[in-house]
Amino acid sequence: MSSLGNIMKKEIRELLTPGTLIPIIIFAIIFGSLGNAFGGATEKFDDPPIIGIINQDGSAISKLVYADFTARSNVVYNGTDFQEGIDVVMANDGAALFVISDNFGQNISENKSGVIQVYWIMNGAGLMDSFTSASADVVLQAVTMDLSRALIDTHYTDNSTVILSPINATQNTIFKGTQMDGVSPGMISAVMTGQGFIVPLIVVMVVIYAGSMVVTSMGSEKENKTLETLLTLPVRRTSIVFGKLAGAAIVGLILAAIYMVGLGYYMNSLTSGASLDLAQYGISLSIFDYVLVGISLFLSLLSALALCMILGIFTKNYKAAQTMTLPVTMLALIPMFVLMFSDFDTLPPLAQVLVFAIPFSQPIIAINSLMFGEVAIVLLGIAYEVAFALATMFIAVYLFKKDILLTGRVKSAHSKKGWRSFLVPRKPK
Amino acid sequence: MAAIEVHDLVKKYGELEALRGITFSVSEGEVFGLIGPNGAGKTTTLRVLATLLEVTSGEVKIGGYDLVKQADQVRKIISYLPEDAGAYKNMKGIDYLKFIANFFNDQNTKEMLERGIKVANLGERLDDRIDTYSKGMQRRLLVARALMIRPKLAILDELTTGLDVLNAQAIRKTVKETARQGTTVLLSSHNMLEVELMCDRIALINDGRIVATGSPQELKAKYNASNIEDVFVEVVR
Repeated sequence: MSSLGNIMKKEIRELLTPGTLIPIIIFAIIFGSLGNAFGGATEKFDDPPIIGIINQDGSAISKLVYADFTARSNVVYNGTDFQEGIDVVMANDGAALFVISDNFGQNISENKSGVIQVYWIMNGAGLMDSFTSASADVVLQAVTMDLSRALIDTHYTDNSTVILSPINATQNTIFKGTQMDGVSPGMISAVMTGQGFIVPLIVVMVVIYAGSMVVTSMGSEKENKTLETLLTLPVRRTSIVFGKLAGAAIVGLILAAIYMVGLGYYMNSLTSGASLDLAQYGISLSIFDYVLVGISLFLSLLSALALCMILGIFTKNYKAAQTMTLPVTMLALIPMFVLMFSDFDTLPPLAQVLVFAIPFSQPIIAINSLMFGEVAIVLLGIAYEVAFALATMFIAVYLFKKDILLTGRVKSAHSKKGWRSFLVPRKPK
Repeated sequence: MAAIEVHDLVKKYGELEALRGITFSVSEGEVFGLIGPNGAGKTTTLRVLATLLEVTSGEVKIGGYDLVKQADQVRKIISYLPEDAGAYKNMKGIDYLKFIANFFNDQNTKEMLERGIKVANLGERLDDRIDTYSKGMQRRLLVARALMIRPKLAILDELTTGLDVLNAQAIRKTVKETARQGTTVLLSSHNMLEVELMCDRIALINDGRIVATGSPQELKAKYNASNIEDVFVEVVR
C-alpha cells in the first residue's frame, strides 16, 4: 500500500467510528421522517379544502359563487348562523368560513367588488399549520377567476376593475379560538415566527456550546490526567459534578443572554414592517410568563449539561469528545425543526409525546403556550425538566464513583458481545 | 500503626483479574516500592489505594481508615501523583498550586503554598502558564503539588519517568526529604536504581501477585544478586 493510502486508511479508521456514524444515521432518519410528514401535508393540500359558507345574499351572482365554492371544496356548513358555522368548520378541522355579504350581487351590478368576509381557522403557527388555509385561499382565487370569466361571458358588466377583481375578500382569522378581525394568517405567521424563533435558536445554540464545553472539559481532564488528581483530592464526587455543571451553566446563561440580545435585535429588524400587535388580542407574555420561560430555559440547559456530563464520562480524550456532543446537538435540533413546521398542539399524539420527552422542547413549548394562557402544560413541562435534570445528574454522580470514569467504555476481549460490552471496563494501561 | 495494610486485595476488570489477592503492609515514614514488569498490576494497585478504582474483594486500610467505607477520610491524608500526570495548561504554575491548596481549607493554605513554591523551585517561572513549561518543570510542579500538603501517604507512580538525570535527582531528593519528615511513600518504578536508592523496602509484583518482599539488601542476599535488577530478573523469570 502506498504511503498516501496507508495514511488515508488510518485516518478513515480513526474518524469513521460508530460514535460518528450512529448520530448521523439517526439524524438522516429523522429528516426522512420529516420529509414523509411534509409529503403527507402536500397530499392533504391536494384534497379539496374543508370550508363553511354563509350566503347572506339572494342574488343570482352570489348563488353562482356559492355553487362554485361548493364544487371546489368540501363544504361542511352552509347555514346562516355565523357562530354555528365557525364551530362546525373548527370541529371538522376546516380551513375557513366564507360569508357572502348581503349586498354582494348589488355591489357588482353597481360596478363595485362584491364583499366576501373570510374567517380563516388557524390552530397553530407552524409552517404546516398554514397549509390548510393556503389550500382554501387557492379555492378563493379560483372562484374569483371563474366569476371574472362569467362576468365577461355574460356581458354582465364592462367595467374592467370589477372584472379583474370582482371579489373583495376581507381577511379575518380565528387563531387558536381568538377572533382577529382584519388580520390574515400570513400576518400572524410573520409575527409568531419572529417571536417564536428566538427561544428555539437560543436553546440550540446554548445546548451546543455549553454542552460541548462540558464534554470537551471531561475529554481534556482525561487526556491530561488532571481528572485522576482531582478525584484523589478531599472533595466529594457530587461537588466535582455539580461544580463542573454550575460553571458550564453560568457560562451557558451568559451565552444565552448575549444570544437573546443579538437575536432580539435581528428578529425585530425582520419583523419591523409587521403592524400587527398580538397583545391587543390578549396574545402576549406577562412578567410571570417570562419567569416561567426563563426557568424552563435554565432547566433545559441543566438537563443538557448533565446529559453531556454523562457522555463526557464515556469519552476517552479531547478528540473523542468532539463527536460526543452530536447526540445532544441532535436532541436540541429535533424540537426546533419539528416545532418550526408544526405547532405542538397540532402534532399527532405520538409525535407530541416524543417531542415532549425531549427536555429541550420545553422552553419552545412554553413560550408558545404561555401566549395563549396555557400554563398547565408549561408547569408540567417544568416538572418533567426537573425530574429529567435530577435523574441525569444522579446518573452522572453515580458514574463518577465507578471505574468506568477512568477506564472508559470499550469492548473487552474477555466479555461477551452485546450490552455487557458497554458495562465491562477495560484494564488501564 | 501501619500506614498501609493490604490484605488479599483482588481487582477484576470484567473477567480479567488484574490483582490476584495481594497482601502487604507499609509502616509509617517508610518508603515502599512496587516493582514489576509492564501489566503486572503496579499502577492498578496504586490506583486502588488512591481511591480511584473500586475494590473487587479484600481489605485495605490506609492510616487506619477503611478504603471502601471511609474513602473521603482516606483522601484527606493521601496525595497521588499519576504517571504522566498533567496540570491545567491554561493556568499559571502558582495558580495551580493555589487551586490545589484551596481543597485543604482546614489546613494552613499559606504555609502549604510556601512549601509548594519551595519544592517546585521554579522561581519566577511559577508566574508563567503551565503550557510553556518543559516536561521536567511540569513534573516538579506536580511533585510540589503532591508533597506541599504534607500527606500522611504519598502515592507516586513512576516518579521520574522521562526526566533527565538532573531533574530526576532533584525530585528524588525532595521525596526522600519529605519521607524523613514523616510522610509514608508508596512508589512504583521501572527504574531499579531509583528503587534501590529510595526505598526502605520493596515488593516485586508479577501477574497480579506479590512474589517477593523485603529490603533491597535482604532481596539481593536472598537471590544472591548484585543489584535489584538482577533480583527482578530472577524473580519474574
